[in-house]
Amino acid sequence: MGALKEKVLTLNVSHADQPAIDAAMKRGVWSRLPKALSMGPDALIEEIKKSGLRGRGGAGFPAGVKWSFMPKQPVKPSYLVVNADESEPGTFKDRLLMERDPHLCLEGFLLGAWAIRASAVFIYIRGEFVAGWKALDRAIAEARSKGFIGKNVLKSGWDVDVILHRGAGAYICGEETALMESLEGKRGYPRLKPPFPAAHGVYGNPTTINNVETLACVPHIVERGAEWFASIGREKNTGPKLYCLSGHVKRPGVYEAELGVPFETLFEEMGGGLLDPSRRLQAVIPGGSSAAVMTPAECAGLTMDFDSLAAKGSLLGSAGVMIMDDSVCMVRACERVLKFYAHESCGQCTPCRIGADWIHRIVARIEAGGGTPEDPGTLMSVCDGMVGKTICVFADAAAIPAKSFVTKFRDAFDEHIMRRACPLLLAPAGARG
Amino acid sequence: MSGPLLRVGVRFAPSARDLSAEALGKIDEAIARYPEKRSALLPALWIAQQEQGYCAPRAQEQIAQKIGVSPAFVASVVSFYTMYHTQPVGRHVIDVCTTVSCWLRGSDALVGHLEKTLGIRVGETTADGRFTLRTVECLGSCGTAPMCQIGDDYHEDLTHDRIDAVLEGLR
Repeated sequence: MGALKEKVLTLNVSHADQPAIDAAMKRGVWSRLPKALSMGPDALIEEIKKSGLRGRGGAGFPAGVKWSFMPKQPVKPSYLVVNADESEPGTFKDRLLMERDPHLCLEGFLLGAWAIRASAVFIYIRGEFVAGWKALDRAIAEARSKGFIGKNVLKSGWDVDVILHRGAGAYICGEETALMESLEGKRGYPRLKPPFPAAHGVYGNPTTINNVETLACVPHIVERGAEWFASIGREKNTGPKLYCLSGHVKRPGVYEAELGVPFETLFEEMGGGLLDPSRRLQAVIPGGSSAAVMTPAECAGLTMDFDSLAAKGSLLGSAGVMIMDDSVCMVRACERVLKFYAHESCGQCTPCRIGADWIHRIVARIEAGGGTPEDPGTLMSVCDGMVGKTICVFADAAAIPAKSFVTKFRDAFDEHIMRRACPLLLAPAGARG
Repeated sequence: MSGPLLRVGVRFAPSARDLSAEALGKIDEAIARYPEKRSALLPALWIAQQEQGYCAPRAQEQIAQKIGVSPAFVASVVSFYTMYHTQPVGRHVIDVCTTVSCWLRGSDALVGHLEKTLGIRVGETTADGRFTLRTVECLGSCGTAPMCQIGDDYHEDLTHDRIDAVLEGLR
């Protein structure tokens, strides 16, 4: 199992004309909107619940359940926010969908908006994704001209606007409440929850935030039914899934497979195995850099789904799978991961602002040969002072991988401290990959 | 972390330049798109940066006035986001991704090559004002690493020869 019989989300991404509405419509895009409109929002939510679709942004929360939190008889306008701020290191799947099949994305956004009776869709796309922004901007104008967006969509009586909003470079804005703050024209500081966005979101109005890939699944579920979707993948981990392979892999890229594809199938068959076959697999980050690093032994027999990875103490997260061979210094890799978090902490909560920088400096010191035998213990205790002690989960996302590197690759840390240098730098010239 | 010092009334080129009528018109259009004015702040800063190359203090003041917030509030927002420049930069800003996947595929060597070729260090601008070199965190192009962004464009699967050719084409 693992490979799909036919592609779903990426079926049309290789057609050069797919971003244009006429070509997209010829291939079936936008044909699901009239069907969903006739079903009505409640039946649509039920269908998505039955399909088992879980959020593809990282948390894996059931999308239909999330939608059902929205008020049925809203007194204020409701909003759908599309999280297109794809910034988790190792992740580049939403970018592919937005650049290559913007109308599929947009159709999914509209269906999501209909399910929650939203009067507006805000698409928050990261500032660097200019190509995706242009593709969506054009797609929105085309869809508007066909009557899919605007007043009285396809004579249904439903009015909906779509607003494309460009970020400006801040990882934290992928956190849903920080995203809403940023959308309101402020610094991207996460908000305390509760109140949850469904009660108090953008401008204090009921809001649902969904990932691009999650919403891109919806038109297919509407077309082919919840049972079809649920028949793909594993129990409670259903549907097709985009996996992003990068690092020391022969064929890096986005691969669509069943949710729960075995790691070996993904890495060996799809990705072609290690970039340099004379090397040995040393470590895998399975779900973006916020996921705990895994050893090859842990990856043996592993299925790449939300529950299996959680059971192994890691995360499927955004399915950003990063491969490292044995040429990598694991202390340096840890330093590289933690530098990201030290840079991206928004600075709102003290444990994170101080902690993310502190653990990065400890690991950088060890890598530079200045570590002391107490350092790994200090790092672990600083991490414990971060997890669960802040407004959002960013601090956990920094501390958990840090702890996993030190725990699983402890020998590398100890050797650096003992030899007062990076062993790979001490090795004869040419030995380093 | 701190934003630029706003020196009201002090004229120094080019930051004391007003935004053009066209830019101000675009900001009005952005304001009209949103249910609440303040949401147009990020778009307005993009418009200003596109016209003047960076978010100059005078432009920030004008935006503050249009949106109805204080200049200090605008400065606090500008300083939060890495893509807004608070100082003039080179005509082409080279942002090299150095996060995990790019690092695994040789971003250190790419940065070294660029520093050598351009004769500047990361964070600096060439004397002719042509290039600014920066390193940035993950740009979502991990499958085509190493890579960099120059202006609006991604340059992926980079080798030293390929980046040389890209720079050659940028005047």
